[in-house]
Amino acid sequence: MAAVLKDITLGQYFPGNTVVHRLDPRTKIIMVVFYIISLFSAKTYVSYCFMAIVLFTVIKLSKIPGKTLIKSVKPLVIFIGITGVLNMFYTPGQELLRFWIFKITKEGIIKGILMVSRIIMLVMGTFMLTYTTSPIMLTDGLESLLAPLKVIKVPVHELTMIMSIALRFVPTLIEETEKIMNAQKARGAEFDTGGLIAKAKALLPVLVPLFISAFRRADELAVAMESRCYHGGEGRTKLKRLKLMARDYGALCCGVLVMTTIFVLRSRGL
Amino acid sequence: MKNNIAIKVDNVTYFYNSSEQNVINDVLDCVTLSVEEGSFTAVLGHNGSGKSTLAKHMNALLLPKGGSVTAFGMDTRDEGLLIEIRRPVGMVFQNPDNQIVSNVVEEDVAFAPENLGIPTEEIRKRVDEALKMVGMYEFRQHAPHLLSGGQKQRVAIAGVLAMHPRCIVFDEPTAMLDPRGRADVLKIISMLKKRGVTVILITHHMDEAALSDRVVVMNDGKVVMDGGPREVFTHVEELRKLGLSVPDTTELIYELRCDGYKLPLSALGVEECADELAGYILGRQG
Repeated sequence: MAAVLKDITLGQYFPGNTVVHRLDPRTKIIMVVFYIISLFSAKTYVSYCFMAIVLFTVIKLSKIPGKTLIKSVKPLVIFIGITGVLNMFYTPGQELLRFWIFKITKEGIIKGILMVSRIIMLVMGTFMLTYTTSPIMLTDGLESLLAPLKVIKVPVHELTMIMSIALRFVPTLIEETEKIMNAQKARGAEFDTGGLIAKAKALLPVLVPLFISAFRRADELAVAMESRCYHGGEGRTKLKRLKLMARDYGALCCGVLVMTTIFVLRSRGL
Repeated sequence: MKNNIAIKVDNVTYFYNSSEQNVINDVLDCVTLSVEEGSFTAVLGHNGSGKSTLAKHMNALLLPKGGSVTAFGMDTRDEGLLIEIRRPVGMVFQNPDNQIVSNVVEEDVAFAPENLGIPTEEIRKRVDEALKMVGMYEFRQHAPHLLSGGQKQRVAIAGVLAMHPRCIVFDEPTAMLDPRGRADVLKIISMLKKRGVTVILITHHMDEAALSDRVVVMNDGKVVMDGGPREVFTHVEELRKLGLSVPDTTELIYELRCDGYKLPLSALGVEECADELAGYILGRQG
C-alpha cells in the first residue's frame, strides 16, 4: 500500500530548463485545452497517430523520462482496462466471437483500442502540464486566466491559493501516511492481507490520525503565513511576473495548427 | 538604557477561552519584559510555561487580554497597523514543514515580499540575498520536501529574512532537527545577531540559551528569572525545581563544587570550563 502511495505522481513537478518548462503557464494551460479538444475530436487511427506524434514530440522536448510518464498512468490501469473491455463488448458490428450473452465485434476491438489510447494520451498530456510547470506558476497562470471571473465575485485568488497549498502538501501528507502505517504495522496492523473490505477497514485507523495531523498542520501553516504578512490577494506582487514571449506565441500557433489538422482530418472522415 | 526598545511587553495577561467549568487558567500572568534592539534574548521554560504564547504576542498573532505589547513603538492591538507590525517582527516556528508554502524553495522565500507588494526586481534581489545568508542558494530550484529538516528550517528562516525584519522571534526552531541541522540553525542565529538583528529565541535547550546575552526564565505564565546567562545559570537548584536543567558544563562545575572543589559557577561554555579546570589543577600542583 505504501508503495502505491509513492506512485502517485499527480501534481508533482520535475524542475528543468527546457523550452516546455520555460513556456508561460497560461500558454501551457491553453495548449492543454487545445490538446484535449483535439483528442476528443480524433475519429480514426490516423488522427490518433497524429496526436501520438504530437504528444511524443512534446515529451521529447521536455526531457521528462518516459518511465515517469508510464508510472503516472499505472494507478489508472484498472479504469482503463474496464473502459477497453466494455467498449469491446458493447459496440455493435461484425461478430468475431460469442459466448453465453457476450459477443466481441471487430468494431468493438478497434473502438476499445482507440478509447484506451485516448485515455492514456489524455492522462499523459495533462500530466505534462504539471510535470513541467511548478505549482505556483500553474496557479499563477490559472489566476491570471480566471481573473475576469473576479467581476462576478468569484474568489479567484483564494481558490488558486488553496490549490497551490494542496499541491504543496501532497508529498508531505503521503510521507505522513507512510509513517502512520509503519507505526501501526509495528503494533501488528495488517494492510496487505484480507479482501477489499478488510483492507478498507484497516485503512480507517490510518485516516483518523492523518486528518487530525492535517488539521494541525493547516493551523500552523495559517499562523506562519500570517506571520509573513499574508493578507489575501490585494496588493500582492510576484517573484515571477507572467509575460508572454515569442516562444509562447509560437507554441500557441502550433497548438492551433494541431487542432486545425485534427478538424480537417475529421471533416475527411479520418 | 540608551538602546531603543524593540519589543515591550507590559503587564500582559492572556488566557485561552475554555468552555469547561469556567476555570480560567492564565497562560500569561502579568508578564513585563522589554527587549532591546540588537540584543539576543533567550526565553526558557518547560512545556506549558507560556513561552510560546508570549512569542505569539510579539507580532500580534495573539492579542493580550490585559496589558499591552508594543513592537517598535506600535501597539499590537491597533488593527490598522497589523502588517506594519508583522513586517519588522519575523517569526520562525518549530516545524519547518508547516511553514513552507510553496513547492519550490525560491518561490517560498518570495512569499513574504510578495505579500508586502514589493516590486518584482527587488523581490528577486531579496530572495537571492536571503538564500545566500542561510547557505541555501544552490537549492533555490529544489522542492522543499526533498530537503533535510535542517535545510528546510534554513529555507523557512530565509523566508522570514526576505521581509527584512528588524527582529526575529524563533519559537523552538531546533526542536525537530538533528544535531547537524541544529548547529546550522544556531550558526545562522549568531550571524543575525552580529548583523544587528534583534533575536528572541524560545528554547528548552540550555546550551542554546547559553549563547544569548540575556536569559528570561518562565514558569506558569510568569517571568521568574531574568539576567545574563552566567548569572541565571548559577541558580542551579532553582532551575531544577522549575523542571529545567543547566548547560552540561555548568552541571559539571556544580557537581564538583558539591564535592568541595572551589570552581566558579559562572564559567560558561566548554572552553571556559576547561580553562577553569586546568587552572584549578595547575594551581593545586603549583
